[in-house]
Amino acid sequence: MIFHHQIETAFKALRRHRSRTLLTILGIVIGITSIILVMSLGQGAQDLILSQIQGMGSKTIAVAPGRQPTGPSDAAQIFSDSLKEKDLVALKNKNNVPNLKAVMPIVFGGESSSYGSETYRLTFFGATDLMSSIFDLQPEIGEFINEDDVRSRADVVVLGYKVKDKLFGEKNALGEKIRIKNRNFRVIGVLPKKGQVSFFNFDEIAIVPYTTAQQYILGIKYFHRFIVEADEDENIDRTVADIKATLRDSHNITDPEKDDFFVETQADLADRLGLITTILTVFLSGVAGISLLVGGVGIMNIMFVSVTERTREIGLRKALGATNRDIMTQFLMEAVILTSVGGIVGILLGSGLGALISFVLSKTVIASWSFSFPILGAVLGLGVSATIGLIFGIFPAREAARKSPMEALRYE
Amino acid sequence: MCLIETKNLAKSYFNEGVETPVLHDVTLKIHEGEFVAIMGPSGSGKSTLLHVLGFLDSHTGGVYKFEDKPAESYSENEKALIRNRQVGFVFQAFNLLPKTSVIDNVKLPLMYSPIPEKDWESLSKEAVHAVGLSHRTNHDSALLSGGEKQRVAIARAIVTKPKIIFADEPTGNLDSKSGKAIMAILENLNAKGQTIILITHETYTAEHAGRIVRILDGTVESDEKVKNRRTAKEEFIK
Repeated sequence: MIFHHQIETAFKALRRHRSRTLLTILGIVIGITSIILVMSLGQGAQDLILSQIQGMGSKTIAVAPGRQPTGPSDAAQIFSDSLKEKDLVALKNKNNVPNLKAVMPIVFGGESSSYGSETYRLTFFGATDLMSSIFDLQPEIGEFINEDDVRSRADVVVLGYKVKDKLFGEKNALGEKIRIKNRNFRVIGVLPKKGQVSFFNFDEIAIVPYTTAQQYILGIKYFHRFIVEADEDENIDRTVADIKATLRDSHNITDPEKDDFFVETQADLADRLGLITTILTVFLSGVAGISLLVGGVGIMNIMFVSVTERTREIGLRKALGATNRDIMTQFLMEAVILTSVGGIVGILLGSGLGALISFVLSKTVIASWSFSFPILGAVLGLGVSATIGLIFGIFPAREAARKSPMEALRYE
Repeated sequence: MCLIETKNLAKSYFNEGVETPVLHDVTLKIHEGEFVAIMGPSGSGKSTLLHVLGFLDSHTGGVYKFEDKPAESYSENEKALIRNRQVGFVFQAFNLLPKTSVIDNVKLPLMYSPIPEKDWESLSKEAVHAVGLSHRTNHDSALLSGGEKQRVAIARAIVTKPKIIFADEPTGNLDSKSGKAIMAILENLNAKGQTIILITHETYTAEHAGRIVRILDGTVESDEKVKNRRTAKEEFIK
């Protein structure tokens, strides 16, 4: 039998039982839709993370206190006080890290702020003037903190767009004083609307000199991070090695296994977070895959019913010259068409839902979230659904092909 | 030319080790152009004989030669090709595909044949015309009368121009008028040289054939020519 007639015959047979066909493919549609949706959102999350990391610049290296966490249960190690002032001095020494262009210590935390009767809980960053260039933060009005502010532990603050809006409304904030942890801070600058950059929503933060934050807000003498900028891209690896050597020397560590700090480049961060989202996507796709399996069993069940119901038709076709192979191909084709149509509908539905969710996310929560059509997912989805048709269709098709024409014709 | 030859043909069914003999010692020859009626009461084995002769089932004993070649020498695919090109079946229950037009039902055997696709349309229309249903070509077969359905089944049986037509009680489900029309078509085909093997339990219908083979208890009871052969055309006039 000619191939295109086999397809035509299969379509005709499926059309004869429209409702049953639609209900049968529903399982496959749900499975493929879930997989495409998960993959699309996973890809969107991955793209977002990568763009956020790239927003910090490829030459940026982060030094964090504590041992590098080996898993979720190891998170406590992040909150360590191992990065001290002497480490900052050591890193700034050109003999130790020759390719270091600049280093910025950072402390951060959450604190209530107030202006008159208005209060707002903000995230504060204790940083240096370097923060302005690393995160591309130019005040819309006023100026950024400078070296003198850091040196003199000045009570000055640069406000994020939303913080200013919540505390001052339309009023000019420049030169006004706000209270953060019972201390007055003079507003010297207001940032323009920035939204989410590198995991931070800069609209909701306040930037103060790190020295001020350490002494007057947090009451600590250590740092939460060092942000190092290497002079050239090709010197990143060497700079990382130099930072590690310098800090080990400063902390009297001889065994790298006992490091009480960890150094991460943007590439490391991208890899790590990319891996997390990939694992999450694969896991969720696997869960969605179970519904595909259930859909496949549904297909097999209906195909068995169809074979029994059409026993006389099978007998007739054989009496008219159909070979076992013709019959087997016909039923297999029906199963593959069922699952493939389900796959295509699932891909379209999953993509549509993914685009809709991405649109809603971009308008409400994360402005830079974008929709990604998972091409690999679509190809895989179509391949997997057709394969499910083949696998779950083969037993009913074989049963159909094995029927004796005479017995099939006598079937009541 | 001898198309069909059986010698001591036997057929038994086996169910859970228990043998049920249906045919035994069936010996007959059918030549090209003959119109043979196989007659017998219900359960005599006439339908089983038709199934064996039409390669819908296999015999379990004796010899069956189709065009001088033993049946067992044909592979399953060769048997399928014989069912497609050499023989045509007309069943009592019509066995048309539901929700399918007349022309598409008639085309069905062509889809399994090596005949080029470009010829399918003309062959199907020719067959539909031969049974007088040209005005119903694109009708849904489910909406036809019983007599018309059986005519579609005959058109489907002759579309590949087979050597033999096996008709299993073709008038069994029809009123007498429609039955006569069907017999007229079969007579007409036979007059043009078509070999026809008709299964029936009615003497009246069997007398349209040139020869009657009577089967009783699974074997040939008699095999004789019909002296006063009925013709459906005359009956129409009456």
